[in-house]
Amino acid sequence: MRPLEGLVVLEFCQFLAGPSAGLKLADLGARVIKIERPVKGEACRQLSIKDLFVDESSLLFHTINRNKESFAADLKNADDVALVKKLIAKADVMTHNFRSGVMEKIGLTYQDVLAINPKIVYGMVTGYGTKGPWARKPGQDLLVQSLSGLAWLSGKKSQAPVPFGLSVADIMCGNHLVQGVLAALLKRAKTGKGVLVEVSLLESVLDVQFEAITSYLNDGGQIPERGDVNGSAHAFLSAPYGVYQTQNGYLALAMGNLLYIGQLLDLDFSAYADSKTWFSHRDEIRQLIAQKLRGQDTAHWLNLLGSKGVWCGEVLDYETLDKFDFGMQMKQTLDLPGHSLVTTRCPIQLDGEILTSKKSAPKVGEHNQTLAALINN
Amino acid sequence: MKPLQDYLVVDFSQFLSGPSASLRLADLGARVIKIEKPGTGDICRTLYTSDLIMNGESSVFHTINRNKESFAIDFKQPEELAKLKKLLAKADVVLHNFRPGVMERVGLSYEDVKAINPQVVYGEISGFGANGTLKAMPGQDLLLQSLTALTWLNGNDGDGPVPMGLSIVDMLAGAHLAQGILAALYRKVMHQTGALVQVSMLESAFDFQFETITTFYNDGGELPQRSKSNNANAYLGAPYGIYETKNGYLALAMGEIPVLANLLACDALQAYPENRFELRNEIKEVLAKHLKTQDTAYWLNILEPADIWCSDVLNYEQLFAQEGFKVLDFVQEVQMQDGYRYKTTRCPIKIDGESFIADKGSPKLGQDNEKIIKEFID
Repeated sequence: MRPLEGLVVLEFCQFLAGPSAGLKLADLGARVIKIERPVKGEACRQLSIKDLFVDESSLLFHTINRNKESFAADLKNADDVALVKKLIAKADVMTHNFRSGVMEKIGLTYQDVLAINPKIVYGMVTGYGTKGPWARKPGQDLLVQSLSGLAWLSGKKSQAPVPFGLSVADIMCGNHLVQGVLAALLKRAKTGKGVLVEVSLLESVLDVQFEAITSYLNDGGQIPERGDVNGSAHAFLSAPYGVYQTQNGYLALAMGNLLYIGQLLDLDFSAYADSKTWFSHRDEIRQLIAQKLRGQDTAHWLNLLGSKGVWCGEVLDYETLDKFDFGMQMKQTLDLPGHSLVTTRCPIQLDGEILTSKKSAPKVGEHNQTLAALINN
Repeated sequence: MKPLQDYLVVDFSQFLSGPSASLRLADLGARVIKIEKPGTGDICRTLYTSDLIMNGESSVFHTINRNKESFAIDFKQPEELAKLKKLLAKADVVLHNFRPGVMERVGLSYEDVKAINPQVVYGEISGFGANGTLKAMPGQDLLLQSLTALTWLNGNDGDGPVPMGLSIVDMLAGAHLAQGILAALYRKVMHQTGALVQVSMLESAFDFQFETITTFYNDGGELPQRSKSNNANAYLGAPYGIYETKNGYLALAMGEIPVLANLLACDALQAYPENRFELRNEIKEVLAKHLKTQDTAYWLNILEPADIWCSDVLNYEQLFAQEGFKVLDFVQEVQMQDGYRYKTTRCPIKIDGESFIADKGSPKLGQDNEKIIKEFID
């Protein structure tokens, strides 16, 4: 049985951070019910990439909200709020990412909810925490990346800041919310009392930088400096760490003994006998390696280096990956009449089983009727 | 009360992925004992970045392994293994990130541990799971980023692959392992059953890209196309990106182009009343040229009051000086057994209003042997 079977989660969250947490909880076995405004539903239903829509909601929404149910309620309407409160009374967990003040107005703050359900686990997602001058700033991924220092870790020194090309703050924050909610459920199991869980996009993206920030805090405040050769991969790591162009593609080289790699590549690295130079002269060294690697194709180098235990690998794209099903059974097809919606599955395996679910994202209010039974039960 | 108070975690993992999971469990209240090889210990102890050595060991090790104990034991020796098993019999969680086959060979597979501890939650992280063709490859972060196509999402068109500048796949795998373990512990509390929790860096890297991979599956297999300049997301139109200003940089997440044209007093932008995705290179070029003409603060003062989602782009020095950062109290100081003190970050999760601060620094190799032997083995 899935570990969270029997648990009911009410999701008041929108967009990515909170809903990605709801998705993980659903895949781990919880019954996740989105509380959405009638008709239009959650805002992400209209947020598309490449204008891809399935069944009136964006493909993006379908990706993040499969395996959930939907209860449509107008939180500005007293009757609807009364119904929602009845649902809350039956729930184990609720999550929201409203700006501060919204739940106060509706009357569903943690304190309010405790009065209805003293054993609720209440998860809150904010952009920047609940205090200070940033508490009211829009909690948007690119802005949080930009404020947190993260944009200075990728790319080259001579380039402008390079953000991560996907919503890393949202996704990590969703991961942390899952951890917090699960830990809270363990606490509740001991105390029998409700638990408040708080995460923020900013703290989550700072946590991702825990190594870099700890270095900064202990090396006299040196700002990370990116290497300045194409394929620079890590501001703190020595040569050869990085990505290199070959005759027909790209090769990634992770950390390794530079002198040994030099021998294998027939490069004279005698000037770099002192391993300290592998960091201080990393650009110069990486240029020498780059020159060499351009001369042959990727397979040649993989064969030469890989067979000698050097940590190296090919740089692939989605097309080459798809040819071997992304290296494993990552795909699942959702149950959605008239559509063939293929997406990824949960990355966690339990008791030797992969966790799949064919249940597609709900229509707005699709489960109002069935949930009426839960409410009146 | 911390949520994992009274839980015992025995951690065989090294480097970043597994240890980042056990750090989270430690911060949430669990007692975490690192099992290390006598003499050398976790290889991460000597994995230096920026050549930064703190109290004889790497900054990376100190970051990931604070709030833990260390038990140095050579469990390849049968008599030592027997001792270790006494500790494992008491553990709620056992975790490792050895390559497939290693724990089986030493007699500490899930089945082996389950035989002495039927309700154990046993977590493992591998590079590639049980996949036949890949499983012999090293599960290293940059190699996983490269293999899973993550490198084609960052940087600009024409930059070639651009890796994310930290060990993101390790951290994702660690985060997922912590989730799986916590979920399994909940099931253990409710149903008194153990569990095997498995995570691979490969699956974690794909999960990270669930939006873009799902798009690829459903758009006829088009590859992500980064914009020519100022790229921040290959799938989003202008203005989404970071732009140079006269004295720094400005991040711009959204905004109707005609609205931006008026706010920024940029006539050239007026030529784009319709913000079509295919026009993003042109629009970004116009914006980039215009935004260079004034300071960051000048633009922020115009855009923020108009509710345009934008921000400054900070480095650590600038960030640490901000009131918005200071109020988080995100930095804590910890102390090692020998008195060495260092600063690091704290757990990003708050529970019942409590930030999980713990002043225990990283352990010296084997520093807790005596105590652990006395408590669990003698």
